Amino acid sequence: MRTLLKNGTAVLPSGEKKCDILIEDGRIARIVPQIQITGGAISGETHGANHVKAQAADKNSNQVNDIQIIDCTGKHILPGLIDIHVHLREPGFEGKEDIQSGCAAAVKGGVTQVCCMPNTDPVCDNAVVVTYIKTRAEQAGLCKVHPIGAITKGEKGETLSDIGKMKSAGAVALSDDGKSVMDSRIMRLAMEYASDFSLKCLCHCEDASLADGGSVNEGYNATVAGLKGIPRAAEDIMIARDIALAESLGVPVHICHVSTYSGVEIIRSAKARGVKVTAETCPHYFILTDDIITGYDTFTKVNPPVREQKDVEAIIKGLKDGTLDCIVTDHAPHALKDKQVEYALAACGISGIETSLALSYTYLVKTGKLTLCELMQKMSANPAAVLGLRGGELKEGEPADVTVVDFSGKYVIDGEKFVSKGKNTPFNGFEVYGVVNYTFVDGDLKYKAD
Amino acid sequence: MLSQKDLLGLKDLTAEQILSLIDGAFECKKLLLSDCKKSDELKGKTLVTLFYENSTRTRTSFELAGKYLGANEVNISVAASSVQKGETLIDTGRTLDAMKIDFIVIRHSMAGAPALLAKNVKASVINGGDGMHEHPTQALLDMVTLKEKYGTLSGLKVAILGDIKHSRVAMSNLIGLKKLGSEVYLYAPATMLPKDIDKLGAHVCRSREEAVEGADAVMGLRIQLERMNGGLFPSLGEYARYYGVNDNILALAKKGAPVLHPGPVNRGVELTPQVIDGAQSLINEQVTNGVAVRMSILKQLAAFRAANGAVKTANGEKNI
Repeated sequence: MRTLLKNGTAVLPSGEKKCDILIEDGRIARIVPQIQITGGAISGETHGANHVKAQAADKNSNQVNDIQIIDCTGKHILPGLIDIHVHLREPGFEGKEDIQSGCAAAVKGGVTQVCCMPNTDPVCDNAVVVTYIKTRAEQAGLCKVHPIGAITKGEKGETLSDIGKMKSAGAVALSDDGKSVMDSRIMRLAMEYASDFSLKCLCHCEDASLADGGSVNEGYNATVAGLKGIPRAAEDIMIARDIALAESLGVPVHICHVSTYSGVEIIRSAKARGVKVTAETCPHYFILTDDIITGYDTFTKVNPPVREQKDVEAIIKGLKDGTLDCIVTDHAPHALKDKQVEYALAACGISGIETSLALSYTYLVKTGKLTLCELMQKMSANPAAVLGLRGGELKEGEPADVTVVDFSGKYVIDGEKFVSKGKNTPFNGFEVYGVVNYTFVDGDLKYKAD
Repeated sequence: MLSQKDLLGLKDLTAEQILSLIDGAFECKKLLLSDCKKSDELKGKTLVTLFYENSTRTRTSFELAGKYLGANEVNISVAASSVQKGETLIDTGRTLDAMKIDFIVIRHSMAGAPALLAKNVKASVINGGDGMHEHPTQALLDMVTLKEKYGTLSGLKVAILGDIKHSRVAMSNLIGLKKLGSEVYLYAPATMLPKDIDKLGAHVCRSREEAVEGADAVMGLRIQLERMNGGLFPSLGEYARYYGVNDNILALAKKGAPVLHPGPVNRGVELTPQVIDGAQSLINEQVTNGVAVRMSILKQLAAFRAANGAVKTANGEKNI
């Protein structure tokens, strides 16, 4: 089965380029300005007229001699998005999400590879759970799933988990996401030991004693709402600590979901002096401020919390200047019952994997903050590079993980329409641009818009 | 007059609405001080107090306010420990709704709980204090007491001292007094000041003297012992010495300025016994006014319910 993506605009590392892309045997076979089909034979030319003989009966897609032709006129062809911070919730919390529904949500969002966090039940702190997740992902057969193993057993922050065995089973990184390893000695040992297996620690940075059970950003809105605040310092201290540990050991480290202006600055200065630190942020941190919390809508509760305008601006600047390498979703689906409670009791997290591309495009590219090529770096190439995953750019010979999106397509976000089990989004009612039309994983069509 | 189903905070009320509740309290106080403390204005209506935190005076005050107006009254206490394990607040609210309750007074340790309940029930919800958010009926009774003393709530300087951060009383007073044209001066240990409170129009003072100097009223707030254990201040003795109100500090206020406290008082901590029992103390008057203003609130909410067969709630239109 071959697929020809005709007349689209490909987003290549060198820039946007109008071209045709041929997918064959699960790989990107050709990326050339024009591909002609003559009686089933395919030839690509750098220049020349359109010689496609087969006229599509359906104007978007047609099959000619085992070639599926998809008209991508007016659409963009992107390297499949890679989201290295996702909660698939399985095993243990299938009421919130499972691997099947999470992967379905991913491909609907144009995401072809996800890395899933280990805070499941049981915690993914051993090879058995890693293998289970991979097996379930294969059964789902949608996107590529790379498990992240826990740094410490049970994410308790006390003793190292079976890091080597997890790596052998297929874990691509380590994290105690949801909290920091509070004991600095354990964290240091983890970084050292993990480096033997070329695994990076992905650090959720939050000093638990400072966060102290808070629900929202500490500031004016927390005061008005009477909700307990989490100061920026709770995040910044741990960013600084984990950078200090990595710097002293000479090992790489990755900082998760940066939300503070001051955290961006700590990372920027570390990068400037050559520390091997990479960092990520999420759409909610460069779009939302804590103005949204005062109505006690628990869909706005996320950890770290959304902060203030100066943080939003600093995060966009950090994305622009390369301080922040990746845009991830921290996709955190929850059952409604986990959110329909008092704000302080509500679960933290946003179901974000279906809206990440459209939100990022609308708030970063349409506003002129980033170019589309830069956005793809943040959402595909850099995440791949951070964890050493294959993929991240459209290139002949590489696996055909490809997303076709219509950036002129406008829609209003409605969480009720998510295929994820988690309908928890603070973006309901937001008008965004970017409708994913097709998502291919290894050349197979895994999602097609209605 | 109130134009909403619920009373969740002074934030949601206009100056006129606040004044109408206060003026209504003076009317209710006449009944309260009369020989026969009973009317039938709320006859056939039912009031439930749903308290997730301990309280003596607020609950008793509401209970009596309802009874004096002829309403049926039921108390429900929910152990704090069952908040996370027991029935959800929404389910509890629906159960009460099904029992045809007209008014629910809720006290809860978590901010926003009354708002969550209000969205999900037909009954009128009155916030009896939620977390660090608001305690509107307490602020209203404070304002009744001050208006009784001065005849106006415009142009007063009100000093509030104590644990501002954890005090919903301070927040509601700040909002209400500002709306009516008074100025609020706050003083607290830095560990007990909420962030950006000045942006709500409060004057944040650097000393007791600055706060109390020339004040028309001085309000102390209760210090909870668990705050000390949490490290927010070192000892009760140190608190009393540097942050408490004694006769010398009170002397800086305007002559005869009333002393208020939402109670219960830690004698010798936030206020000295001399101040509590002194001539300027209106602490007991506050309690009387508390019953009166809660009667006033119930009457206005009942009037709203009578005038509105249906109200919009978050979950769609409902008959009340």
